[in-house]
Amino acid sequence: MNGFMDQLTAFLYAAILASVPLLYGTLGEILSQKAGNLNLGVEGMMYLGAVAGFLAGYHTNSLVLTLLLGMAAGAFGAAIYALLTVALKANQNVTGLTLTIFGTGIANFLGEQAKLNAPMGTVFLSNELKALLSPIRVAGLSDLPFIGPLLFHHSILTYLAILCGIGMSLYLKRSHLGMNLRAVGENPAAADAMGIPVNLYKYVHILVSGALSGLGGVYISMVTASGNWQPNIISGQGWIAIALVIFASWKPLRAILGSLVFGALSVLRLYIPKDLIDIPSAFFSMLPFVVTSLVLVISSIRMKRENQQPASCGINYFREER
Amino acid sequence: MQFTPAIQLIRLTKCFDSVTACDCIDLDVRRGEILALLGENGSGKTTLTNMLSGIYQPDAGQILLDGKPVIIRSPRDAIRQGIGMIHQHFKLVEVMTARENILLGQQSLIKTNPEDAVKAFGLKVGLNKKVYDMSVSEKQTVEILKVLCRGADKLILDEPTAVLTPQEIQSLFDTLHAMRKEGKAIIIITHKLEEVMAVSDRVTVLRKGVNVGTVGTGQTDRFSLTEMMVGQAIDLDVKRVETPPGQPLLRLDKVSAEDDSGRTLLKDISFTLNQGEILGVAGVAGSGQKALCEIIAGLENPSGGTITLDKQPINGLSPREIIKRGISMAFIPEDRLGMGLVGGLNIPDNLLLKTYRDQKGFFLKRKPARLEGEEMIRKLKIVTPGLNVKIRKLSGGNVQKVLLGREINLSPKVLITAYPVRGLDIGASMTIYDMLNEQKRKGVGILFVGEDLDVLISLCDRILVLCAGKVSAIVESQFATKALLGMKMTGLKTDKEDEYA
Repeated sequence: MNGFMDQLTAFLYAAILASVPLLYGTLGEILSQKAGNLNLGVEGMMYLGAVAGFLAGYHTNSLVLTLLLGMAAGAFGAAIYALLTVALKANQNVTGLTLTIFGTGIANFLGEQAKLNAPMGTVFLSNELKALLSPIRVAGLSDLPFIGPLLFHHSILTYLAILCGIGMSLYLKRSHLGMNLRAVGENPAAADAMGIPVNLYKYVHILVSGALSGLGGVYISMVTASGNWQPNIISGQGWIAIALVIFASWKPLRAILGSLVFGALSVLRLYIPKDLIDIPSAFFSMLPFVVTSLVLVISSIRMKRENQQPASCGINYFREER
Repeated sequence: MQFTPAIQLIRLTKCFDSVTACDCIDLDVRRGEILALLGENGSGKTTLTNMLSGIYQPDAGQILLDGKPVIIRSPRDAIRQGIGMIHQHFKLVEVMTARENILLGQQSLIKTNPEDAVKAFGLKVGLNKKVYDMSVSEKQTVEILKVLCRGADKLILDEPTAVLTPQEIQSLFDTLHAMRKEGKAIIIITHKLEEVMAVSDRVTVLRKGVNVGTVGTGQTDRFSLTEMMVGQAIDLDVKRVETPPGQPLLRLDKVSAEDDSGRTLLKDISFTLNQGEILGVAGVAGSGQKALCEIIAGLENPSGGTITLDKQPINGLSPREIIKRGISMAFIPEDRLGMGLVGGLNIPDNLLLKTYRDQKGFFLKRKPARLEGEEMIRKLKIVTPGLNVKIRKLSGGNVQKVLLGREINLSPKVLITAYPVRGLDIGASMTIYDMLNEQKRKGVGILFVGEDLDVLISLCDRILVLCAGKVSAIVESQFATKALLGMKMTGLKTDKEDEYA
């Protein structure tokens, strides 16, 4: 029994670890879609954040620069996207896909480049830097049985992700700016007529959304890959994050829950005893998408207007168009 | 006494490419006055108001508000200057409540809280109701509240009555009069002459981007206004062509329909359409008009009841089969292009959409369609730079002529036409009515779904009133009045019925 509890705790802990980058990506994408911009470039922005943060950490050994550059690189990817879709009215889907291809390519290129220049042919971050992101104990709380080690023994990036989720929920639901943002995503013409600067709202939120995705990338290269650069480091987590947005029905709090579920699904194969169930691991990597499809089916049956995608998401806004 | 106008425009000009939409327009509105802006489609009304609300920038000329020259760069600027624009197509966020919609934008611009404004003008709307649950007139009330709460003292209403019932129009006019009493300056854009006469103090008439004159409403009448608007005297009367009573053609018996989620769209609809008859269909927007047209055309299947054409049942036949049997539909949706025509194709290709199946061989033969297109352009006076121009680039009236013309060319037995004059000016509307009357003379049965009750009464032989998916009355038009139809549209009982009850 004790062995089972240990196994369960280990599984849940691993699920939380795996959920963090998904949560960053999802929160970012929610923000972008609330501004009316469907950005399929989450994967690319995560790659940009991962490589920029990693290289900054590798060369400077500074956590602050690692985080800042990771976020800046994600925001840079988002800025390209924003320029093309908001200012130049390019198709959002095409632009997002291109951003993913661009981010993946450039991150793999820079990572390999760093490896070629490194003495042993591998690049990894210093232990001091990694230690800054290792789990912190919360006095008192961490000693609680079961939930102590499970919930209160995490990296600052994990706590920050949860705070971002809660903060974003309050922002969207309670604040006036959040209400204006929702109006921009639902009906930009109505927002414009009310004097809301539509394009400014789009730019700001798309950039912040890129920074969040970038942070998710930093988490992957620093924590998930334990500071050791590997090719194709993001491996589709950006796409899962986009699926999660639908799963969470565009609600940040539900995104926290959803990322836990998806995180659990992604580590499930490591914790299923092989002697009991022996199926190829590809089955498990498929699970998040199966769940998303099911959620899509269920949510389209329920059809509550508030839980749907913002009405103008994916459509660019021209003021003078009639 | 010389008093400063609230809004004064001096030689305001706006060009789009080579077209001058507004040419040196002078106009003024005083406080406590309702000015009607009258003009045909393309006369520059909307362009003019878009310049006032900050959507377009004028190329030349000056805008003076309360005597001071201003430059309005954006809708936000316009709000700051006290200009409140009520757009023809509502600009509301559907998933938000009325209150949220009112409070959108910069908070500092909100002068009155929504509750007070509702009380002050005696408006009827639930502030916590979601917009998607609202009727058209409630939505309009929210639009009005939006500008009132921002302390707008200069209101511009763009065709506010287009989608309202007569009773709702009356209550809108009451609200406007209340606002006039408060000293607000109001511009109302319309091309319905009755409304101009009913509500305005003065009328400014635009024609082809030029102000052709301003007159006091009391000193003028419908005919001289039309003459100013069109540039020539026009016979305003829509004529009913008398035809001998014909054989029953299309018959619906207890037809019901539901949408995908099981909501009732139509319930027990029964009527007969005869040869050489125009049967009007009146009703508040969304009372089931669309479902009715689609069911007869075979696009949707009824959940119950039978439809017969020439005594043959046509339930469950494919749309193509129904077209072959002689039912044609010309439905003009609000966005005009949504149904029936493909905006990205030119006139001949749009004509081919309905006839290509009858051609033999692998390749399309465009020649006949081109000839038909040229013929149609000549006959219906369609204004287009050429046959190869995409339909989307034509003006609304011309698009509608193409759609109706194509359906008529198929020489149908039954012609279903919904909102064929939607958004059209008087001249173009008259052409469409003439087209319909010509078909009627040929013995075609016409189902005419319309908005303007005056037109329905004078054009149709009988009028069927839809209310929430049911037939609430079928009235001979010679006995129909607007008040009666309006009451039937909203499902209210008439006084007479109460007496008998």
